[in-house]
Amino acid sequence: MVFCLRRRDGLPGLSISIAFTLVWIGLIVALPLTALVLRPWQEGGGAMLRALHDARMYAALRVSFGCAALAAAIDVPLGLLLAWALVRARLPGRRAIDALIDLPFALPTAVTGITLATLYGPTGWVGALLARAGIRVAYTPAGIVAALMFVGLPFIVRAVEPVLRGLPPELEEAGLLLGASPLQNFRRVILPPLLPPLVAGFSLAFARCIGEYGSVIFIAGNQPFHSEIAPLLIVVRLQEYDYNGATAIALILLLSALVCMTGVAALRRRVSRGLVARGAA
Amino acid sequence: MSVQIQSLTRRAPNASRKMLDGVSLTIEDGAFVALVGPSGAGKTTLLRTIAGLDGPYEGTVLVDGQVLAGRPMRERRIGFVFQNYALFRHMTVARNISFGLDVLPRGERPDRGAIAARVAELLELIQLPTLGGAYPDQLSGGQRQRVALARALATKPGLLLLDEPFGALDPIVRRQIRRWLRGLHDQLGLTTVLVTHDHDEALEVADRLVVMQNGRIVQEAAAETLDAAPATPFVMEFLGEALEFAGRVAHGRFLPDDPNVLSFAVSAGDGPATAYLRPHEARLVAAGGAARAIPLTGGQGGLRRLAVALGTREVEILVLPERLGQAGTEGLGLDIGRARLFRDGAPLAGAPPVASGQELPRVTVG
Repeated sequence: MVFCLRRRDGLPGLSISIAFTLVWIGLIVALPLTALVLRPWQEGGGAMLRALHDARMYAALRVSFGCAALAAAIDVPLGLLLAWALVRARLPGRRAIDALIDLPFALPTAVTGITLATLYGPTGWVGALLARAGIRVAYTPAGIVAALMFVGLPFIVRAVEPVLRGLPPELEEAGLLLGASPLQNFRRVILPPLLPPLVAGFSLAFARCIGEYGSVIFIAGNQPFHSEIAPLLIVVRLQEYDYNGATAIALILLLSALVCMTGVAALRRRVSRGLVARGAA
Repeated sequence: MSVQIQSLTRRAPNASRKMLDGVSLTIEDGAFVALVGPSGAGKTTLLRTIAGLDGPYEGTVLVDGQVLAGRPMRERRIGFVFQNYALFRHMTVARNISFGLDVLPRGERPDRGAIAARVAELLELIQLPTLGGAYPDQLSGGQRQRVALARALATKPGLLLLDEPFGALDPIVRRQIRRWLRGLHDQLGLTTVLVTHDHDEALEVADRLVVMQNGRIVQEAAAETLDAAPATPFVMEFLGEALEFAGRVAHGRFLPDDPNVLSFAVSAGDGPATAYLRPHEARLVAAGGAARAIPLTGGQGGLRRLAVALGTREVEILVLPERLGQAGTEGLGLDIGRARLFRDGAPLAGAPPVASGQELPRVTVG
């Protein structure tokens, strides 16, 4: 392994760097995760059994995963459009929009949550309009999706943008010259190379949305079995001093997320065929 | 398919600079034409305009006597090969080649078997029969180039447009592919327009060369006549190394300004003129003056390079190795009798371009 790295890479001190990196990753990532895996079993399997029989937890997981998947899925076309506008259209104020897109990254999530709750609340700018149409967003799962969409969008845009920028314009011209209609050209020529970054962006947004807490709880209403998300349920258990229960839910959340991300990774490999030189071989 | 272009002018977006400036050109059916010129001369712009790729222009472009603008691409029967090949990386070679057939509307699309047969036929044609299942990233540059060609040929175009198709290939593959392309052109009865900045390539593969400079056509001629009778000093210099001798014409002779360069007879009016000739066309004449010859290392095409010190300056010429010492190294005169004469950027009438050399064979171009 070390021999292989040395032969291939020109970075000086690579093996030492890798050793340091591994130790740090171990301390920062692996250790807490191990603790999380071990903690629920510390006082026997009781906490885990209780958690597994808790219908409220299943409901919370359903809300978390369902809303996260829906929000990330809605973000995919929106993010693609936004990235397209940034790269291709010479919009006035393009730089300002470019900077704005990253803002959800920087904003404390609680600020996001309060802002969205105010906006979508029954008296808020958007909420009042929607209320007149008979649609309630705040304090329903729709509110959760709205908050998660806000948080997840930059992941899609930032994943697609560099790939879109790197697509030679000749590809589209070649498609058109070969007789493809604009729709065929988009579907057969432009979209396939963008699928890997779209799926990657989706998986990042999805992962972030599953763990999202601050921006959601203000707008969700947090009714158990209806609009309560799993991270909130963990906090509720913690406030009840039920540490084993909290870590049990956390572990189940973690494992479910792992399964989902593995599925998304498999999808990404599928759509990357031919686009990654080594993957194609 | 023939192409007629009349006073075509295109401006760069957001600039008044003209990318094409009053270009008129006729390409007969079945011709193999090369557009040559330095970068920025407008070659690629002209090619893209013929293909109907770029925006608005002034003038007319007719393909087979018809205006293409507004007609669907698939009716235009134009095959285009891009400089970077623009292969679809997510598709196999076979899918790349069949793309033009796959996107046909259902009524016109051949059935799967017919498409597969056409792909196999084209893979055979480009001599890559086993690579149908490979992805473009797995191919070498020359193979990608041929796949791009096969893709352009799949819909049986009548007009093939190639934008610097050999640019990224190594010299050996380059030579092979351009021979092969020429064969393909003759075999399929195509009309081919090739853009290149390499005059050797153009001379080898094309019937007719169109030399462009600053968005204009400077000269349009058969490959053989171009070198013998260049229209401007630029064409002369673009087509290969050229020596320049300023001087004047007086009493039917060209008198070079440099000492030790022999004058020669011309039938042109008196006045200033500039003579251009290829380094291999110059001859050293014993006891013709006071020039010195200094052998240099290197040479080309079996010729040896020689610096000739004229007294005012040095020029480099190419001579046959066996003539190297023939005239001695001292007291020489330089015979430039095969030079082309120009006055004010235009060829001087009556200057005998190849009079003192052998007559080059003329090839009729259709």
